Order: sequence, then structure tokens, then C-alpha cells
Amino acid sequence: MQPFTTHTGIVAALDRANVDTDQIIPKQFLKRIERTGFGQFLFWDWRFLPDGAPDPAFELNRAESAGASILLARRNFGCGSSREHAPWALADYGFRAVIAPTFADIFFNNCFQNGMVPIRLDEADVAELFRRAAAAAVAGGQYRMHVDLRACTVSDDAGFSRPFTVDPFRRQCLLEGLDDIGLSLQHDAAITAWEVAHGLAPVRA
Amino acid sequence: MAARTLLDKIWDDHVVCSPAGELPLIYIDRHLVHEVTSPQAFEALRLAGRRVRRPEATFATPDHNVPTTDRRLPIADPVSKQQIDTLRANCREFGIRLFDLGDADQGIVHVIGPELGITQPGMTIVCGDSHTATHGALGALAFGIGTSEVEHVLATQTLRQAKPKSLEVRVDGRLAPGVTAKDLILHVIGRLSTEGGTGHVIEYTGEGIRALGMAERMTVCNMSIEAGARAGMIAPDTTTFDYLRGRDLAPRDFAAAVARWETLPSDPGAVYDRVEIFRAADVVPQVTWGTNPAQVVGVDAAVPAPDAFTDPNDRSSAARALDYMGLRGGTPITDIRLDRVFIGSCTNSRIEDLRAAAAVVRGHRVASTVSAMVVPGSGRVKRQAEEEGLDRVFREAGFDWREAGCSMCLGMNPDILTPGQRCASTSNRNFEGRQGKGGRTHLVSPAMAAAAAVAGRFVDIRGWEYK
Repeated sequence: MQPFTTHTGIVAALDRANVDTDQIIPKQFLKRIERTGFGQFLFWDWRFLPDGAPDPAFELNRAESAGASILLARRNFGCGSSREHAPWALADYGFRAVIAPTFADIFFNNCFQNGMVPIRLDEADVAELFRRAAAAAVAGGQYRMHVDLRACTVSDDAGFSRPFTVDPFRRQCLLEGLDDIGLSLQHDAAITAWEVAHGLAPVRA
Repeated sequence: MAARTLLDKIWDDHVVCSPAGELPLIYIDRHLVHEVTSPQAFEALRLAGRRVRRPEATFATPDHNVPTTDRRLPIADPVSKQQIDTLRANCREFGIRLFDLGDADQGIVHVIGPELGITQPGMTIVCGDSHTATHGALGALAFGIGTSEVEHVLATQTLRQAKPKSLEVRVDGRLAPGVTAKDLILHVIGRLSTEGGTGHVIEYTGEGIRALGMAERMTVCNMSIEAGARAGMIAPDTTTFDYLRGRDLAPRDFAAAVARWETLPSDPGAVYDRVEIFRAADVVPQVTWGTNPAQVVGVDAAVPAPDAFTDPNDRSSAARALDYMGLRGGTPITDIRLDRVFIGSCTNSRIEDLRAAAAVVRGHRVASTVSAMVVPGSGRVKRQAEEEGLDRVFREAGFDWREAGCSMCLGMNPDILTPGQRCASTSNRNFEGRQGKGGRTHLVSPAMAAAAAVAGRFVDIRGWEYK
């Protein structure tokens, strides 16, 4: 997995609550048996008009979102289906972090498996970031933020800085890009002991 | 020992270890696998040279993108076919039991798990599907996981998990006639919101829950995720034991199992992190009007206007939803006309659901403006329905009678809405485009869907003329 330590990038402001994983990656793209190449389908129904052209009104298609790698959204981001295709699509498109007041549980967990940091901030702070992103867009520019997973802070160049919390184990795995299955397999003796204590035959080595 | 909840008991029993500085590892008793969220997990195992630790704890079936038409014909979509072929090859390679297309027991993973006795009280059960919460109806801790976690479970038979919080949803009193488990859970979601249960496992308690049969309990637990809760559970009781007795994969020493299961219910005085109390008498037949399951009202109400919401997120969501749904605030629900009706999905495709829908349909005809279909949840449900003559009732009324699968709940197979079509659906999600790009989904109970098919618009099932 790609490690995550610090990241500086353009913010795309998606001013919607309850963005579900069906929107992030619609079902017609779930038939692939690969983990890669989903970025082209990200937000498909919102991103493209019926004739296939990009919808200029959609947040990610606006000039201020070009090259964005930090996604800003409202409450309950990633709700619905457990499909890991959603973080695969976001990561493949180029996102390294998502900032929202709240996330759905399964999506939140899935992010960590894909080198992407989901960052929970207070609703008021998220509202302030939307204002700053909008102000930058009105001025014809882009809004840039910094994510530091070592220090657990998010900041911009205009004085905004907030700490965020993340589970210490998930954080360590991300910082070092660790294979968490490999880590779990180090506890093989404990797993076997559990199985034996619960009447299961030990698995063959 | 302090009084413990059902969740505490299952959790405590499954912690393998909690090493310092790491998330606890919990043991997974049953792992259910389908074709859409597993290929990348098997491929990663193969690349890492890993094996499936306990193939006998893992069960697979293709359900999400299978056609529901004639199973003797080849699958037309080559990409769907490849995904189903891949599941077959992976199961063969890793020694996993597969209920394949054409197998008499194939079906929606959350229908066949309980039906075959794979799902049992006290177990931890996972699947790469958010509706895994369904299995909690039998007193299991069951939740959906992502594909990386599917791979983790295949390789280690464990998961890294922080213990979730507990939320008691207590339902006082019993549901009124004509009001179903689907209406109850939609009502609960409407009040909790789509994220009210985030970070929690819901335990449903109270007289209103105890009075439900197993299929109804599964409907309730199934939609826990629509309130943001990863899992929903109901303490096992005689309803549960009677349901499981004699199932193919139920424990051989059933009496011993029951003795064990009887220790699972939450102890008197056990403390939940949160409690929400509902009155069954407040629940009327529900119809969603928006694009998430919490955007719901009673059939006797009208579509709300965005101004009715004080929270700015809710107001903008409602405005967007009404625009997408082609609805205006103030429209009575019973004025909404339908183009399609879908009876099926892991929420409402069990034999009890089909019986309820068939009772409504019997002696009536589907409205000429409506196209309606019934998709049984499993091969077994389909056979049982046919033995009872339900297929004839549906067919004679003008319904399509299909083969088992997820079908139009998520429209990965050819069963989809066309843009602008409006559908009464017994499924679980009314998200934009879920049943087909531009399709408009209203979630309802099987009886309400059946009545809507006949009337061509929503009607209050409590006044239905049964023939």
C-alpha cells in the first residue's frame, strides 16, 4: 500500500451531504475484476451529461477543481453500499484525502486500506473550508490545503489549522504503508488458540 | 460479572487478541462471498501466495449480477459472465462451497444464509455487502466489509475491529394490521436519519420486535445500514430456534446449541451506549419520497416541501431529491403514479413477503400502465412459492415471475429502470440511479408494492379489498 505521511493538494469542494457509494461509483462499473482503473468512472452519473460530455456544472469539472487531490464534502460521506470500488475510484482519480464532518463506517474503514485519509472535522470547520474554497474560486484561483498525518493536522496557507484524530493503529499502518494481513498473521498462534478453545480442529500448517 | 448486552457477549467471545498499540483481532465464524466484491480479494491472495485459512467457514453464491430470466440460456453480458466465472474458478481453487447458478439453493446471499442454517445465533458473520446486517435477526453479529477486509478474513479468519457502540432501539407495543416490519424499519430510519446509527450496532428489543416472525426480523435488521449502523441484531428466542431447527447446516446436537444460545440475550440491567424508544402504534404504512431511505412519510401524508426542514443540509438534500424524483412538496403520496413495481431483494423476497404480496394481488390485475415483476430471494423460496401456487397468482395478475437474484434492487443485471421511470420497490435503497440512471425509486412493503401495481398509484393498504 502507498504510505501516507504528508500531502499538499488542491481542494475540490463537493457541497452535498449523504453522498452515497452508488454515486461515487455506479453499479454498472462494478463488474470489473481488477482493483485499478476505476477513476475514469468516478461520480459518473453526476460528472457526465447523457451525451457523454463532462457536465460543466458538476463540482469536479469546474476549473477550480482541476488536479484536485483533497475532497471536501458534507455530512455522512460514503454511505450505503460497502463497495471498496468507491475508495478505489477516488484514489485512482487522484484523491489522497477526504474531509467531511462525518463518514459512513464501512467507507471510512475502506479508505485506510487504500492509502487515503478520511478526516473528520467539526461541521463549523467544514463550513469554513467551503467558504474559503468558494472565495478562492471567485477570485479565479484554487484552494490548497496541507494534510500532515504525522502531526495529525490539516491546514491551509491562510491561517486555518486544525488537529484531527485517527485510530493510532490505522495511522501507523498508513504512515508505513504496512500490509495489515501480514501483521495479523503474526498472531497466528493466538488465532489457533482461539480455534482450539472453541472446538475447531487446528488448520494444517 | 457485570450485566452484558448481546453485543458484549458475542464480542467478548470472539476477541482473539488485543495487542498493545493495535486494533483487536476478532474471530469470524462465517464468511459469505459473492461475485462482485470478491475477485480482487482472491487475486490478492494468489499474488501474495496466501491461502484461505478455513474454506469450510466460507460459503459463496452469485447473486448481484445474475440474470433473472431463463437460466438455461447463456449470460448475454460478457463482463457479468466473466465475474461469475471468476467466482466459480476461485471457489474451486480455494476449496470454497459454492451455490452456483443452476444449483437448487442458489439465491441472494442474505436469503440463503439463514435458509440453509449457515447463519446461527452468537456467531460473527461478515460479507462484502452492507446488507449483511440481515443475519443479525438470528442473534448473530453480522456486518458488511470492504474487499480488502474480505481478503483479510479469507487469509486469517479474523478482522481488525474497534468495538462498536451499542444502540438499543426499543419498540413498545405491536404493529397494527396492515403495518409491516418494512414500515417499522422505514419509520425508525426516518427518525434516526441515515447516519443516526453510525459507529453503533443496533439491538432491536421490545414487544414490537418479539412479536415479529423471522422473515420480518430479517427485514428490520437488513436495513440497519440505512440508518448508518453496520449491524442490527435481535436476541434469539423460540421464534429463532423454531426457524433453525432442521435446517441443512444447523448444529447436529440442536438441543445443546439451543442451551448455548439461550445464554445470549442481553442481561437484565445491561447498559447500552444509547437508547431510542419507538411506539409501534405510531407506525403507518411508509413510502419514501426522496433519494435516501430517511426521506420517508406515511402513505396518508404528502410529500414534504424543502422549507419544512430546519437543518440546511436536510433542506438542500430535500430540494435536490424532489428535483430528481420529479415531485413537488404538498403532493399527496396517494397521487403518485407508478410505471414499474419490483418485489424482491434481500430486504423483502422471502416466502412470507411473497405470500403477503400475493394475497393483495389475488383476483386483481396489474394496472395497464404498470410493468411489475417478482424476483424470489432464492431457489428454495421460488420452489416453495410455486408449490403454494403463488407464481400463478402473480402471473395471472400480469406480474413477471423470475429466477432468484438481487435483480432490480441495484440493477447490475439487465433488470433496470429507464430514465424518468417511477418504481414502487420492496428493496432497501432509493439512491439516485440505484435502479437505473434517472430511475425514481419509492421504497415500500411487499403488500404496498403489490397494491400499487394493481392501482397504478400508491394506495393505503389498510383499506385494501382482499379477494
